[in-house]
Amino acid sequence: MLALRNIKKTFPNGVVALAGFDMELRQGEFVSLLGPSGCGKSTVLRIITGLTEPTSGRLEWVGSSQRGTQRFGFVFQEPTLMPWASVARNVTLPLKLEGRHENADKLTNDALARLGLSEFADKYPRELSGGMKMRASIARALVTEPTLLLMDEPFAALDEITRFRLNNDLLGLWQSLGKTVVLVTHSVFESVYLSQRIIVMTPRPGRVFTELPINSPYPRDERFRTSAEYAACCRRVAEALARAMGDEA
Amino acid sequence: MSPAPAPGEEERRRDRILRFVLPFVVLGVLIVLWHGVVIYWELPPFELPGPGLVFTTLISDWPVLSRSLAITLITTMLGFLLAAIGGIGLAILFNQSRFVEYSFYPYAVILQVTPVVAIAPLLLIYMPQQLAVLSCAWIVAFFPVLANTTLGLNSVDRNLADLFRLYGATRMQVLWELKLPGALPHILTGLRIAGGLSLIGAVVAEIAAGSSGVESGLAYRIVESGYRLNIPRMFAALVLLSISGIVIFFALSLLSHLLLRRWHESALVEEF
Repeated sequence: MLALRNIKKTFPNGVVALAGFDMELRQGEFVSLLGPSGCGKSTVLRIITGLTEPTSGRLEWVGSSQRGTQRFGFVFQEPTLMPWASVARNVTLPLKLEGRHENADKLTNDALARLGLSEFADKYPRELSGGMKMRASIARALVTEPTLLLMDEPFAALDEITRFRLNNDLLGLWQSLGKTVVLVTHSVFESVYLSQRIIVMTPRPGRVFTELPINSPYPRDERFRTSAEYAACCRRVAEALARAMGDEA
Repeated sequence: MSPAPAPGEEERRRDRILRFVLPFVVLGVLIVLWHGVVIYWELPPFELPGPGLVFTTLISDWPVLSRSLAITLITTMLGFLLAAIGGIGLAILFNQSRFVEYSFYPYAVILQVTPVVAIAPLLLIYMPQQLAVLSCAWIVAFFPVLANTTLGLNSVDRNLADLFRLYGATRMQVLWELKLPGALPHILTGLRIAGGLSLIGAVVAEIAAGSSGVESGLAYRIVESGYRLNIPRMFAALVLLSISGIVIFFALSLLSHLLLRRWHESALVEEF
């Protein structure tokens, strides 16, 4: 659905975040961008959404999936909720901003229900746990029914138990909704557990070091997390990451 | 949060009661001391009136004092309202246009740093007294609103700003849905400061205005009573000014608490 060709991004302060970055994205797949901190993973997401323009290189949208008609869902590293608004008002925000008023209530309620937040609709973010806030953030990203869901280390700040549960819920959502997901992470274990394909990036300036398919079938669950197959995949990915980091590692 | 009595519950309740009661105890002690001093040294009322005399003066002079109180309060409120509107409005304007900000912000600062006592006599030359007094109240009060609102509007969460951009929010949507609600705690801080300052501004201007007619506020009453050696009335007027200041402060604190209690950290302290 989308190809990034030879993307280069230099920030005004002279830092080269990305150089010669190539990536292709297929409809409906779950891809992880894995790399050390500061390798430009987040910049890739921002370039896809158009929040940041690349210094050079091209984005090629395939078929009908032009950026104009493309709906993104974006999940930030922090929940990034408006503290002054209830969960429901936070989730409905994208519809409001896009001026979609018909069906807004139904879409909002659906999104809340999908993430198990129906009871919390009238709560304020302050009254929620970290995991619940992140659920609200994901519900907000899904409310516009986007075709592409971009997630920027969404679970990095959560405790492991919450993180595992949200991993499972995310997989469930991906399988039932059939969206394309790009997940940025620096966790080898998370990327292996979730994705069909892992793109390993080099340290700054970021480019693709290698791509690794994870062929284990879905649905994946706790059994997969403790399987030898999972461990083997993790080792393979971890080794690739170590090589990507080169002598720095 | 839970209804079950926590171990520290009793202690906390006692703490809250103490916090409320102790200031009144101190007040009582001071009044008794004051009374004692006046009796012991047999001070005449024109040197130091006792608390009882001040109180009876407050009641006997109420017709005069209440009219002055009303005048000062109206000036204060108007000054405060105009400061709120002007401060918030100007901050929004500054936030929307950098050119406007660069052009006018220095003058807002100059207006603030020039002592209002020094401006008041000048204003009184060019304006009718009421308007001059009001202008002083406004000048002192509007800057904290402007400065705090500006700070609030500029400290928008960057990720939220990105989110708004992602969904193609209009400038107005960003202002109404993101910047202003986010700035609310700052705006309320500004208003709380402005409330006290507008009273100060009104008083300063009234004193500078001095004797010039029928419509005279509390501060003028103080000056006038001083000339006439009517010291009890001076005290009575001063008490009324203090109470006005306290009421304004608590009213604005309450407003702030009511608006922020559901979501802002500053209001969390109240939630035991």
